[in-house]
Amino acid sequence: MKKLFAAAALAAALWSHPAGAAGEAPTPPAVDWSFNGLFGTFDRAQLQRGYQVYAEVCHSCHALKFMAFRNLQQIGFTPEQIAQLAGQFEVQDGPNDEGDMFMRPAKAADHMPSPFANEKAARFANNGAYPPDQSLIVEARKGGSDYIHALMIGYRDPPPEGVQLGDGMYFNEYFPGHQIAMAPPLSDGRVDYTDGTEATLDQQAKDVTAFLTWVAEPNLEQRKRMGVTVMLFLIVLTGMLYALKRHIWSDVKH
Amino acid sequence: MEAPTWKNPVIGWIDRRLPIFTMMQHDLVDYPTPKNLNYWWNFGSLAGIILVIMIATGVVLAMHYTPHVDYAFESVERIMRDVNYGWLLRYLHMNGASMFFIVVYIHMFRGLYYGSYKAPREVLWILGVFILLAMMATAFMGYVLPWGQMSFWGATVITNLFSAIPLVGEYIVTWLWGGFSVDNATLNRFFSLHYLMPFVIFALVFLHLVALHTSKSNNPLGIDVKGPQDTIPFTPYYTIKDMFGLGVFMIVYLGFVFFSPNFYGEPDNYIKANPMVTPAHIVPEWYFLPYYAILRAITFDIWFVPAKLLGVTAMFGSIIVLLFLPWLDRSPVRSARFRPIYKQFFWVFLANCFVLGYVGSKPAEGVWIPIGQAATAYYFAHFLIILPLLSFLERPKPLPASISAAVTPAGVGIPARSAAE
Amino acid sequence: MAEMVSTSPPPRDEGETRRDFLLIATGAVAAVGTGLAIWPFVDSMNPAADTLALASTGVNLSPVQVGQRITVVWRGKPVFIDHRPPAEIKSAEDVDLAVLVDPQPDSQRVEKPEWLIVVGVCTHLGCIPLGQKTGEPRGDYGGWFCPCHGSHYDTSGRIRKGPAPKNLMVPPYEFTDATTIKIG
Repeated sequence: MKKLFAAAALAAALWSHPAGAAGEAPTPPAVDWSFNGLFGTFDRAQLQRGYQVYAEVCHSCHALKFMAFRNLQQIGFTPEQIAQLAGQFEVQDGPNDEGDMFMRPAKAADHMPSPFANEKAARFANNGAYPPDQSLIVEARKGGSDYIHALMIGYRDPPPEGVQLGDGMYFNEYFPGHQIAMAPPLSDGRVDYTDGTEATLDQQAKDVTAFLTWVAEPNLEQRKRMGVTVMLFLIVLTGMLYALKRHIWSDVKH
Repeated sequence: MEAPTWKNPVIGWIDRRLPIFTMMQHDLVDYPTPKNLNYWWNFGSLAGIILVIMIATGVVLAMHYTPHVDYAFESVERIMRDVNYGWLLRYLHMNGASMFFIVVYIHMFRGLYYGSYKAPREVLWILGVFILLAMMATAFMGYVLPWGQMSFWGATVITNLFSAIPLVGEYIVTWLWGGFSVDNATLNRFFSLHYLMPFVIFALVFLHLVALHTSKSNNPLGIDVKGPQDTIPFTPYYTIKDMFGLGVFMIVYLGFVFFSPNFYGEPDNYIKANPMVTPAHIVPEWYFLPYYAILRAITFDIWFVPAKLLGVTAMFGSIIVLLFLPWLDRSPVRSARFRPIYKQFFWVFLANCFVLGYVGSKPAEGVWIPIGQAATAYYFAHFLIILPLLSFLERPKPLPASISAAVTPAGVGIPARSAAE
Repeated sequence: MAEMVSTSPPPRDEGETRRDFLLIATGAVAAVGTGLAIWPFVDSMNPAADTLALASTGVNLSPVQVGQRITVVWRGKPVFIDHRPPAEIKSAEDVDLAVLVDPQPDSQRVEKPEWLIVVGVCTHLGCIPLGQKTGEPRGDYGGWFCPCHGSHYDTSGRIRKGPAPKNLMVPPYEFTDATTIKIG
């Protein structure tokens, strides 16, 4: 019977991660994220730096439609800071009394506006490539946070010997197929951190990935915290149930 | 059955008019259960509890979900982000589906090992197969609802299976879609049916229980209950055992929900459905992988029957064959404990199912095609050739005289065939 | 099966009390767990975070003429804005509080006397009273009249006659400048 359990566990593990189509991309290096593990939590300062990287760099092409500015309170911004951060973006509102749509500064309840009006506009501005929305990018890619971080630091210029790059394409070690239409978005000192952290390429890549992980799953901390409590409760209850079961069954020969 | 007298006058008054309390007493408390059931017998009640969890979480999720191609993905994300505990309810529902299949598959393999499908439990077994079919339909339609890439392309591929039906196939597919591709009409009807099916399953489960309590529980020895000394009342013995099993199960289930909620999921389903782009590698949910392997195993036409139709037939046939299992396995001995050769084949068959599942997760190319074909052939051979032959060729071990005799050291074995009649 | 006493095995002295204790303790823990597990289901039906965060409604009052009534939407409900002429203000202020069903002076119901702002939902059973458009009945007291069950409201939106128990609700609002208000 133990064999069966072991086989089931093994098969479940194998089945749930069927091999991807592109086998050549190397495994992204594992980063020791603060949100890893049973008790993982987000590093608020890191998320705030990550927001800065997103707003100053990524946002020029990538939308983040599932993040509302009010959500930023979760990562430690004050309502006043949020009003100020939101105010830097314009959203469409309306119709007004004359029936026209108009632009106004974003408020806390608004979602992050998209850089392009629609997919066609986005493709037109980006040589036919469509910069995907980043709200769920960490969950939507095999490898999750590690992959996004690896992608940010995985550019190689010039490309390795013998690689013929397409027009307007860049070589990225971790991208499936290696040819990516996105130009290297980050480099040392691309943004100026206000908290004194040195803005190395790797630091920025980690910060923005941590931020995007939070956007993809803002309830991660609550989930893990609740999980630990629930597990402890269940272990106690199951132990008591086992004791009761033993006791009730003590007079049955079976 | 003598009607019990109830101390509480209100309960007594109701019970004389609607004997629900008598029924509960009879089926949940007094129900005489073989005293030698092992922990593999926990999975039936466990499956029932998961069904209730799925319905409860599903009803609440439906309050926030919008079945429209423009809003479905967004409404699911709203559940994950804005609805109070929405993330918890959705993760419970998502992982609950996988847990449901794990538990039901274990329940079925237990039935296979201990011969629970044999007389007088044929109808009980057949109802179980219908429950599995209903579960598969429900799970498939439910997976479409979040309207991610895998949802959309899974729906497209699976509905296209029906195009294999000769003559009317194309019409049937158009009818299933309500259009010329998987679109809003499809999503709406899948939502409607996904909400309906669990209650159909519930009704089937009820009948499954009526059949169980009519023919009574099988047991690890596979021999009939000889008298009251072989049984114990369901309550408190099996209620507490089931509760303990439930506790262990909840630790596993909630472990996934809280610490690895997307373990069984595909990253592609966090990308909104795009009818213009197919993901590089489409795989169904893990619990469909063995059938998927069987579907893809048939790569050749036979005479004038095209491969596609054969594949679909084989896939549905892999479940339909289970309906005939009580008549394919003619051995009078139920439990594999007393069937030395069947026992070996049971484990080979189980391993073969894992092989099928693994092949189903691989792209249909290279070495995986012949492996899938061999495993598919073996799957059917197990039911159609091995079991009927074993019924006659195998010589079972002697069966114990009774359950009590078996659990008491002094138990004396008697020849198998006569004991099982 | 005539007796409803549980068919548990014969008692075994001290084992019996230990089992009772274990049974009660386990039952209590399980009951607490089940109770807590129900909360997420119940709470999920409360307003979601995006609903709670819904932007407050801003209204520019400058185009509203004296005597004109306009309706704006706040939290999915109509809000009546009445630019009251002096006569209406006077009749609202002169009412003897003793005759009111829900006594409240007009001064407590307005920020500025010329602007009456109330939620346009009858406090009886939630219909929308008439009186916003010219030509609609305004009831016996010159305010609003609810056609569902005949409640009459005065020019301060207070209930004067009919089944409604309360005055029309005044929403939270503030003047952000002389002619603009923010409701909510």
